[in-house]
Amino acid sequence: MKNSIADNNKSKFQKILGTAPAFPYMAWAIVFIAIPLGLIVYFALTDSAGSFTIDNIARAGEHMSVLFRSIKLAAIATALCVVIAYPLAYIISRKQGFRRNTLVMLCMLPMWMNFLLRTYAWMTILENNGLINRLLMLLGFEPIRMINTQGAVILGMVYNYIPFMILPLYTIMSKIGNDVIEAAQDLGANSLEVIARVVLPLSLPGISSGITMVFVPSVSTFVISKMLGGGTNQLIGDIIDLQFLGNTYNPNLGSAISLVLMVVVLLCMSIMGDTEVETMGGRIR
Amino acid sequence: MKKHKILSNAYTALVMAFLYAPIIVLMIFSFNDSKSRNTWSGFTLRWYQDLFHDEEIIQALMLTLVVAVVSAVFATLLGTAAAIGLNKMNKRLRSVFMTLNYLPMVNPDIITGVSLMLLFTYLRLKFGVTTLILAHITFSVPYVVLNVMPKLRSMDKHIYEAALDLGCSPLTAYFKVVIPEIMPGIMSGFLMALTFSMDDFVVSYFVNGSSSQTLPLVVYSQTRRRVTPKINALSTIIFIVVLGILVINNIYSARKEQQLLAGNRAKKEGH
Repeated sequence: MKNSIADNNKSKFQKILGTAPAFPYMAWAIVFIAIPLGLIVYFALTDSAGSFTIDNIARAGEHMSVLFRSIKLAAIATALCVVIAYPLAYIISRKQGFRRNTLVMLCMLPMWMNFLLRTYAWMTILENNGLINRLLMLLGFEPIRMINTQGAVILGMVYNYIPFMILPLYTIMSKIGNDVIEAAQDLGANSLEVIARVVLPLSLPGISSGITMVFVPSVSTFVISKMLGGGTNQLIGDIIDLQFLGNTYNPNLGSAISLVLMVVVLLCMSIMGDTEVETMGGRIR
Repeated sequence: MKKHKILSNAYTALVMAFLYAPIIVLMIFSFNDSKSRNTWSGFTLRWYQDLFHDEEIIQALMLTLVVAVVSAVFATLLGTAAAIGLNKMNKRLRSVFMTLNYLPMVNPDIITGVSLMLLFTYLRLKFGVTTLILAHITFSVPYVVLNVMPKLRSMDKHIYEAALDLGCSPLTAYFKVVIPEIMPGIMSGFLMALTFSMDDFVVSYFVNGSSSQTLPLVVYSQTRRRVTPKINALSTIIFIVVLGILVINNIYSARKEQQLLAGNRAKKEGH
């Protein structure tokens, strides 16, 4: 009897010892992940003297129109990403070997050029005397105002984050075997029916992770709106940036707005269901 | 059937054109003989020469590399150990902890950035290289854990036990048997940490000091005024290097696949 208790204790001890390698990171995650998020909540609910207030949350309400604009533009960009990426992911997933790998590589490669620079290059293309307008004038058309519009901001979001839609879609579609599709064809489905009734239902998890991975960085961006939207199309990220590093320094209000943004993101994710974190190989950034 | 193929090729080409248009514009203007970002005034290589004499850019490049290497090494050690420990943990505790681990991945970067800024201010840390490295480790570890975990799960548990039976101490067994087995996961986690660190702007923007500008931060401050073509030149070089590595890797894996196929065929014919 005594022996077995000792054995039991020993195995318990060994079990704890087995988990010991995780302890340093557990401590790290508490200090650098949990506590900072706690600080956001703390700052959001206190004033600059440190006493409790809901003033900040109320004042965050003043920026609701900006929040709605962010959600609207990010939603449009996400929808466009689905529409553009879906056929491409399907095409790539039906290719084999070298061609398939090359196409996947080509979709990821642009991310190797700093995204600030790529967005800056869009300024060159879209400007009033930029490349598109010069081409138009050369052909005898009137120039179009493209930069500093909401359209330009949406374009920037689609451009920067579409690889995060292509990747999860491709990953899930490449798991759909050709035999499944052939079976559907043998049973009399035309290509539209194959897509609608076989490929689409099987690829839904990919769509929902893609939506999260595009929507979250789009709704929280402040760089794209600054560069392509001019001063007039501020997004919620710009407002947060201003509270922390801008001239309206107010970390309490900034934290309150951050809290609102986090709620929006959490809502989006709960609507989308469990995002397959495994498909987040290319990260959200 | 043929019509389908033409259509799908045309579509692929169209999306690729969209993805690569700004990159090509950027590269072309790295050879432009004036500082203008949209007027072509002749071919030059001088930005490539000037690049190596530009103190600000060289310093930023060095800092970016130092922060990336240091934070990736730390993140890999921390993350690999964490994955090994978590693998042995009971399910409830592990899932609680994995949720905490995923937070920096699913949270918008701006939230990670400002929350760390609040923490560092609270701790009265001096904003600079240290805070940059601490922040980069924090957003990198989750990806290491994510890469190592599946390799541990799919590993045959008996190999470790066999090593123990053959007289290895648990520690030696880990270093001689388990670590080599999960090495591919560790490597891909390390590479991810490295690239995310080098490319990060948003988090760095909130935790950097005025004397510690990484490359993306320098680029950002220039986009507020005018980006010098030297930056275009530098990114062109980086892009070409990465392209080269990926192409070689791609050809290599295609060869391997073909060899495998040929091997299988030979086996079949042999039977």
